[in-house]
Amino acid sequence: MTGTVHSHVRGNGHRQRRLTEPRWLRWTLIAVAIGFLALFLFLPLVTVFVEALASGFSAYVDAIRQPDALAALRLTLLAAAIAVPANLVFGVCAGWAIAKFDFPGKNLLVTLIDLPFAVSPVISGMVFVLLFGRQGFLGPWMADHDMKIVFAVPGIVLATIFVSFPFVAREIIPVMEAAGSQEEEAARVLGAGGLQTFFRVTLPNIKWGLLYGVILCNARAMGEFGAVSVVSGKIRGLTNTLPLHVEILYNEYMYQAAFAVASLLAFLALITLVVKTVVERRLAPEAAEAAAPAAASIQ
Amino acid sequence: MRLPGFRITMGFTILYLCLIVLIPLMTLPARTATMTWDAFWGAITDPQVVASYKLSIGASLIAAAINAVFGLIVAWVLVRYSFPGRRIVDSLVDLPFALPTAVAGITLTAIYAPNGWVGQLLEPYGIKVAFTRLGVTLAMIFIGLPFVVRTLQPVIEDLDVEVEEAATSLGASRVKVVTRVILPYLYPAWLTGFALAFARAVGEYGSVVFISGNLPMKTQISPLLIITKLEQFDYAGATAIALVMLLLSFTLLLTINALQSWATRRLAG
Repeated sequence: MTGTVHSHVRGNGHRQRRLTEPRWLRWTLIAVAIGFLALFLFLPLVTVFVEALASGFSAYVDAIRQPDALAALRLTLLAAAIAVPANLVFGVCAGWAIAKFDFPGKNLLVTLIDLPFAVSPVISGMVFVLLFGRQGFLGPWMADHDMKIVFAVPGIVLATIFVSFPFVAREIIPVMEAAGSQEEEAARVLGAGGLQTFFRVTLPNIKWGLLYGVILCNARAMGEFGAVSVVSGKIRGLTNTLPLHVEILYNEYMYQAAFAVASLLAFLALITLVVKTVVERRLAPEAAEAAAPAAASIQ
Repeated sequence: MRLPGFRITMGFTILYLCLIVLIPLMTLPARTATMTWDAFWGAITDPQVVASYKLSIGASLIAAAINAVFGLIVAWVLVRYSFPGRRIVDSLVDLPFALPTAVAGITLTAIYAPNGWVGQLLEPYGIKVAFTRLGVTLAMIFIGLPFVVRTLQPVIEDLDVEVEEAATSLGASRVKVVTRVILPYLYPAWLTGFALAFARAVGEYGSVVFISGNLPMKTQISPLLIITKLEQFDYAGATAIALVMLLLSFTLLLTINALQSWATRRLAG
């Protein structure tokens, strides 16, 4: 019952006076919070676009239409187009195995899935150099077979998959666990096949969680810098992604062009935030549904 | 009725995890194992390496502490108070997750460089941010900002208002309710957020590397030193530094997991 009373009190602004802080303190705290966020979040975001347009709109468009910038954009899209679906399939498989079944070592498996988050991006890229590089464990064998992974596109794709690896799985596992297995079991009893059960019963239940994971995965895949920087070799037009291209332009003192390319990535970040907010609002009512009837009865 | 598909999904999960994450990560200890102990010890106690560890860990601790203080205020304000623009501010908190680190890096540098928007305001007072340790810390504050806010928000939302009511009606002042009732309840989540922000900052590369200026012994963070050694084909040296960082990351990951289960137990009880 406390939960329902609580949700009734929360958010309507009529909290009892002695259960909140005095007015002057409330507004001071709000001012401190907004000031902090304005300095650390809003100012950088605005700066990207101001610097990008510093030399006018045509210079902005020119910078983006450079062949090297377009090649970098293509590679970024390619890496994300491989990494996101691969991690999506993995996330759904891991979610199904972990949420619908019990087995020993489940907690360990969940911890291992989170590993790429704990590792420095530089190390994430470096391990592929140690594996496939010229001095790496598989280096000599790969040289014999005329294969190249590091300082080539496959290395960039691998590093991208590595850093965006946990996103879908870690969003989907709790959503699948919360949904339980009863509906799937019912579908099976009624004669549905395994895949039919998944697509008709499970997928509609987890679609928002899935979308949420995909957005975050995509943002990381397109924006990764450290890991990709180690494996890329930064060959212009060939192994250069958008974030790496930003760095190259910046180091060549072409600030306006660097910020123009960076603004594309900032756009991506804004789109990610908007979609994320919309999806979160879709996810919230589902979670609140269970509590709603009880709250109504109290009022 | 047992659901189908356990063997194939579990099999694929383990296979993919091994191929993408575990086998590549195993190359670090495997490569270090080919070094002699003396060579390994020499590589990680090199003064330049030790200075980078000190900077990476020290600046990350300071940044995480600052985020812990302001993150608590931001989370509290976003959950408890209503003010115009609250929802937009709430969405914007995730910006450091969404904005590619290289973009954050060049932008922070542009703002805090001596001729930048904020940098030129600080210049007359002799405060230099870009290309100093202060700049490194600043970038780490940016990158760790969402962690404390996002771990505290759900816990503050779940605070049982009846407990506050009870304490107040028993005569506790507001200050006492906050320090004796609310803060102890938030403690595990607060620590978790601090540890997450710290872990992220220690390994961070993209947003720090531009503003740091990379002066050896002064503003060179460990991830950058690894890259420098890789570019010089000093794989042994790079691997040794990376292994130490990896062990630190593992320790932090286990600590965070323990903190989170502590927090869950506290909430359940």
